[in-house]
Amino acid sequence: MIEAKGVYFRYPNGVEALRDATIRIDDGELVAIMGPNGAGKTTLVKHFNGLLKPTKGEVFVDGVNTKEVSIASLARKVGYVFQNPDHQLFCESVEEEVAFALRNFGFDEAEVERRVTWVLEFFELTPYKRKSPFTLSVGERKRVTIASIIAWNPKVIILDEPTLGQDYFQKEKLRDFILRLRKRGGTVVLVTHDVEFVSELKPRIVLMADGRVMADGPAESILTDRAILKEASIFPPQIAQVFLELVNVGLPKGVINVEDAKGALLRLLRSMRS
Amino acid sequence: MSFLDVLEGLRFKKASSPIHKLDPRVKFALALSLSTLALAFKELLALIALFTAHVPLILLGGVIRQWARMMKGASLFAFFIFLTNFLFIHFHPGYAALSPTFVLPISMALRFLTIVGAFSCFFLTTSPDDLGLALERHLVPFTKWLIERVPRLKGAIDPYGLCFAFIASVRFIPTMVEEATSIVDAQRARGLELDRGGLLKRIRGYVPILIPMVINALRRSDELAEAMESRAWGAVKERTSLYELRLKKGDAIVMALTALAFAIAVYVRISIPIPL
Ligand SMILES: Nc1ncnc2c1ncn2[C@@H]1O[C@H](COP(=O)(O)OP(=O)(O)OP(=O)(O)O)[C@@H](O)[C@H]1O
Ligand SMILES: [Mg+2]
Repeated sequence: MIEAKGVYFRYPNGVEALRDATIRIDDGELVAIMGPNGAGKTTLVKHFNGLLKPTKGEVFVDGVNTKEVSIASLARKVGYVFQNPDHQLFCESVEEEVAFALRNFGFDEAEVERRVTWVLEFFELTPYKRKSPFTLSVGERKRVTIASIIAWNPKVIILDEPTLGQDYFQKEKLRDFILRLRKRGGTVVLVTHDVEFVSELKPRIVLMADGRVMADGPAESILTDRAILKEASIFPPQIAQVFLELVNVGLPKGVINVEDAKGALLRLLRSMRS
Repeated sequence: MSFLDVLEGLRFKKASSPIHKLDPRVKFALALSLSTLALAFKELLALIALFTAHVPLILLGGVIRQWARMMKGASLFAFFIFLTNFLFIHFHPGYAALSPTFVLPISMALRFLTIVGAFSCFFLTTSPDDLGLALERHLVPFTKWLIERVPRLKGAIDPYGLCFAFIASVRFIPTMVEEATSIVDAQRARGLELDRGGLLKRIRGYVPILIPMVINALRRSDELAEAMESRAWGAVKERTSLYELRLKKGDAIVMALTALAFAIAVYVRISIPIPL
């Protein structure tokens, strides 16, 4: 469980990126943090694994104050995939890159190998195993960084802009993976601008603006609330727009993705026929 | 972290102070004179005097905080210089007395700090734009002069390109500092511990940080070159500039004082023995 209580954060240059941000994320939850550029999303999630410590207020991970433990011990529990893959890739091969953190955390060589094989297979990176990560495309590089964190199986996974530069098929896989993690009881925190991606996952959505949490609730209600979305510079997903426009001719509220839309339309057609 | 401190100690911040207003060429002459003298003397007293001489500039320029961070970063290197000198002198036959074994190593460390301090002062108070102007103002006529004499060099030297390369590298320091911070964070999130273990382990810990920095710098310079070329860089052979550098009265005075002090120091070096 992650708990941020009244967190203020000021960068050394004086920018106040968080102002009284309060949020609680329970075990096994899927949370998407959304909001305009510069809202403080990245700054907030960097508090969850102790990279940043609040200027004022407190952050607890499983009841432990992040000010009292090392980043390394928090990182074992809270895996954080950075926004920009080029800030972490440094090894000669993709394989080594994925093994780096595993060795830091003291897994034995047999276990390292087992996990590397598994995670590369899962993210379809096996063909690039011995390639230099620098020669891969942006999307592939991003996938390597995600794989390198998933590899040690942290309890909480924070993904900062995971869909950046991913093609449709890879997004689909990522979505599947997030759902699988959840089924196993993992906690996933997404930071993203990708409403279409979010609408298919139907997570709890936390909207941020100006360093504060301005709305918090299920995707179905947040992504169909025009007023709130406008304030957070977000446009509803396309399906939601259609349903919102047609509420007064009898379409149901709170429909945000293809699956739900299909169900709603079928029900409507059936009731019209009978 | 020492290596970020060093970068921070070179980062220009816009401000208005007597030092900021000086002509970049005068400031450069000042830093160069101090460094030359620091290399010319090896006596402790002289080096203390030289080190002290640049402190008023830091105070006047209001850059003491950044300067202090730079000094903190540089002190590690200064310590190594001290140590190697000390060990060398100590185990060198013929230098048995302990007092001179300490004095010279301290002087050598101080020499290093003086040079770093003087140039840190220069970079902290000179905007990249001024630097570019000054460089272009002298490099362009110089290459012209050179090509007249050695026609073979025609086309081989591009003064504008050289200036741009230099200015770009200064200008990107802030970006690199930011990037370095983010890279350190990214590796720590993967369990890298920089401040634990023996010296060798710590040095090895910097590999995952330095490699992404170098790769990103290379990638950025490639992208910059492409972006510049697609915006017609180099289409005009002779360029003019909006602002022209002009030496003012204050600049002349500081320049004269620097020259005078330099001359005196040279005289002292040649004809007056310093006790320590
Ligand atoms: N290292 C830093 N130093 C100083 N200011 C920073 C730093 N990182 C971010 N900021 C500032 O803090 C504020 C919040 O930034 P943050 O990166 O948390 O936003 P974000 O919501 O993640 O934005 P984006 O959607 O663009 O990723 C911004 O005003 C930004 O300029
Ligand atoms: Mg961000």
